[in-house]
Amino acid sequence: MNREQVKIALAGNPNSGKTTLFNALTGLKQKVGNYPGITVEKKLGNAKLPNEIDAKIIDLPGTYSLFPKSMDEKVAQQILCNDENVDYPDVTVVIADATNLRRSIFLLTQVIDLNMSVVLALNMVDIATKKGIIVNVDLLSKELGVQVVAINARKRKGIESLRESIINAIDKKPLKPFLFVRKLFKDLIEKANKIRGKENDYASFLALCKQELGGEVVNRCALNQLCKALDIIPERVQAKETVKRYKAIDKIIYQTVKQGKPTGKYQITKNIDDVLIHPILGYVVFLMILFLLFQSVFSWSAYPMEVIDSFFTNLSVWIANALPPGMLNDLLVNGILAGLGGIVIFVPQIAFLFAFIAFLEDTGYMARVSFITDKLLRNVGLNGRSIIPLLSGAACAVPAIMSARTISSWKERLITIMVTPLMSCSARLPVYTIIIGMIIPIEEFRGFNLQGLVLMAFYLLGFMAAIAIAFVMKFIIKSKERSYYIMEMPSYKMPDWKTVLYTIVEKVKIFLFDAGKIIIAISIVLWGLSSFAPGNKFEKIEEQWAGKADSEMHIAAEKLEVSYAGMIGKSIEPAIKPLGFDWKIGISLITSFAAREVFVGTMSTIYSVGDENIQSIQERMKNVKNQETGEAFFTPAVGISLMLFYAFAMQCMSTLAIVYRETKHWKWPVIQFFYMGALAYLSSFITYQLLS
Amino acid sequence: MQKLADLKVGTKCQMCMISDPELEQKLLEMGCTPGEKIQLIRKAPFGGPIAILVSSYILSIRKYDAEKIAIKLIKNE
Repeated sequence: MNREQVKIALAGNPNSGKTTLFNALTGLKQKVGNYPGITVEKKLGNAKLPNEIDAKIIDLPGTYSLFPKSMDEKVAQQILCNDENVDYPDVTVVIADATNLRRSIFLLTQVIDLNMSVVLALNMVDIATKKGIIVNVDLLSKELGVQVVAINARKRKGIESLRESIINAIDKKPLKPFLFVRKLFKDLIEKANKIRGKENDYASFLALCKQELGGEVVNRCALNQLCKALDIIPERVQAKETVKRYKAIDKIIYQTVKQGKPTGKYQITKNIDDVLIHPILGYVVFLMILFLLFQSVFSWSAYPMEVIDSFFTNLSVWIANALPPGMLNDLLVNGILAGLGGIVIFVPQIAFLFAFIAFLEDTGYMARVSFITDKLLRNVGLNGRSIIPLLSGAACAVPAIMSARTISSWKERLITIMVTPLMSCSARLPVYTIIIGMIIPIEEFRGFNLQGLVLMAFYLLGFMAAIAIAFVMKFIIKSKERSYYIMEMPSYKMPDWKTVLYTIVEKVKIFLFDAGKIIIAISIVLWGLSSFAPGNKFEKIEEQWAGKADSEMHIAAEKLEVSYAGMIGKSIEPAIKPLGFDWKIGISLITSFAAREVFVGTMSTIYSVGDENIQSIQERMKNVKNQETGEAFFTPAVGISLMLFYAFAMQCMSTLAIVYRETKHWKWPVIQFFYMGALAYLSSFITYQLLS
Repeated sequence: MQKLADLKVGTKCQMCMISDPELEQKLLEMGCTPGEKIQLIRKAPFGGPIAILVSSYILSIRKYDAEKIAIKLIKNE
């Protein structure tokens, strides 16, 4: 065998442990398309197989069958069914949950029938055995005609034998299909094969059942005519085939699996569900979990944030003193370090937030939340499944919008995509944190951290705005499509900590490097814009103050005002003055359009230009005086207005790009940009006018 | 014929027929085949979805869709 690299696809039902197996096979040698997201995007990883063979592993989105109900399942179908797809695998590993064998094997047998080289990775056999479900692995392998490997993905057991089985499976197609669709539907399949120009019975069958396998558009008409000519209703044919397939599966299950007491298995899950989806308690618990989440994001991360803050402050002082004064010193300390410190400090909060969400998803709790919220969400044009994108939106809208792919109805999916960016994402967190720190005192309110409460109020506000806008859109967007809510509620389990850890590392990396690059670049540009001015304006200011005592601060302030940055800020000041913002905030608003978290970096750069006493950004901002009144500039009115603006405005290019990619039309991101902008401007305007 | 939506929590029954072809397709592949034993195990509050136990896992569907599922009660169990 002389392959340079074998391509392996990992397929399986949702919640079967697929991502855990993927991590076990690839370790940290994985990359995620262009954007992050838990198994919604094409995930690729490299692995070494025995005999020094390199393998590229594709983690397909979880799917129950090759009849996709949603976008993400379609991705899996199109890779597996089309041998012209770039990702078409040499070997497909189907992972099955041994405690849930019947349904898992359904997908497996479909993959066998596509005439692919298959290995069945039977996950959690040990757990099944404990529950009294005893699987005869050898007999199962014989009956199915494929290699079956018992593994435990979490405990990394059986991974070596799986690697070997994959090697053995290369170029070994199944000897016979599991279900002879050719026999079932006779010349129908042969004719379809002819139309498609391919000898793949099952792929042709799927194409007949109106599945788009890629490259099918040309044949669509001919296939439809074939159905008509033979008087066949594709839906009926598909239903008949599914029933036959399950009958054959049931026969094998009966021979190879000894079922234990069916009640014992659910007792724990049932007991937990008695509380978590209780008609009243369920909602109380849900709110409590959210509350705990925001309290902890705020208070647990306070200590590491302090450490990071003092580290950067000390580093700045050290560099400022160690290097000779001048342009380079200034650029390093006030341009780059100021911007860098502004990003790194939020790593603890972002890590906690993503950890919480990964935890909720991994334990199986998210499925419960969608169960108890489906009714409410359906009334506003969403779906129970929308709760996952909405909650993930609290971390980052980009993966959240991609996770909306699991919603089968286009209208519900579109509305979910349109309102998800209203959820306060982690990029708003730095903005909220800084402003709350300035205008809300560190006090306890009925035993709770007051700052944490205000933060939670802003998250709730985002959620309520999302619900309200969804309700409006429900009446605007028209669709004839029926809406479904068919969702598995997985048994509760402790999350696989390694998988959670990988998720956190991945997200923090993306935040630090992808967002960090932009933030540093903008920090440098800003430093340049605020350190230079057209003509000889700077010299004039220096002449004016020459020889006067205490002139440093005044010179710096006036210089900033006449600099290029000041000019830009001033030019938009008239538009934002009614919101309580000055030209300095104006500069931040403009730079924030690259990404919201740039706000902090911008603020720290602007306020540190010419500042000799290096303080933390928050102290610097607190010291800013209103030039008209002489009081502190950041009054509660300004602070809340600014927070509202950031809560609602669409200031994220990545989100706009992903909305375009997911909706395949510029119309939607454009609408989103303008409705969110209008919402932001109006709410800031009203709030500031009322409060000031 | 009794409908799945009308059952009490805890009732065991057998799948008979799903009167909506689109729904039928989606439920069939999830293992809800004719004759399969299922149990209604939970109802979400305020007329929300219901949860059923089918081939040893929990599946939730809307009450509205459960109206279209005809079942046969299992006696003596």
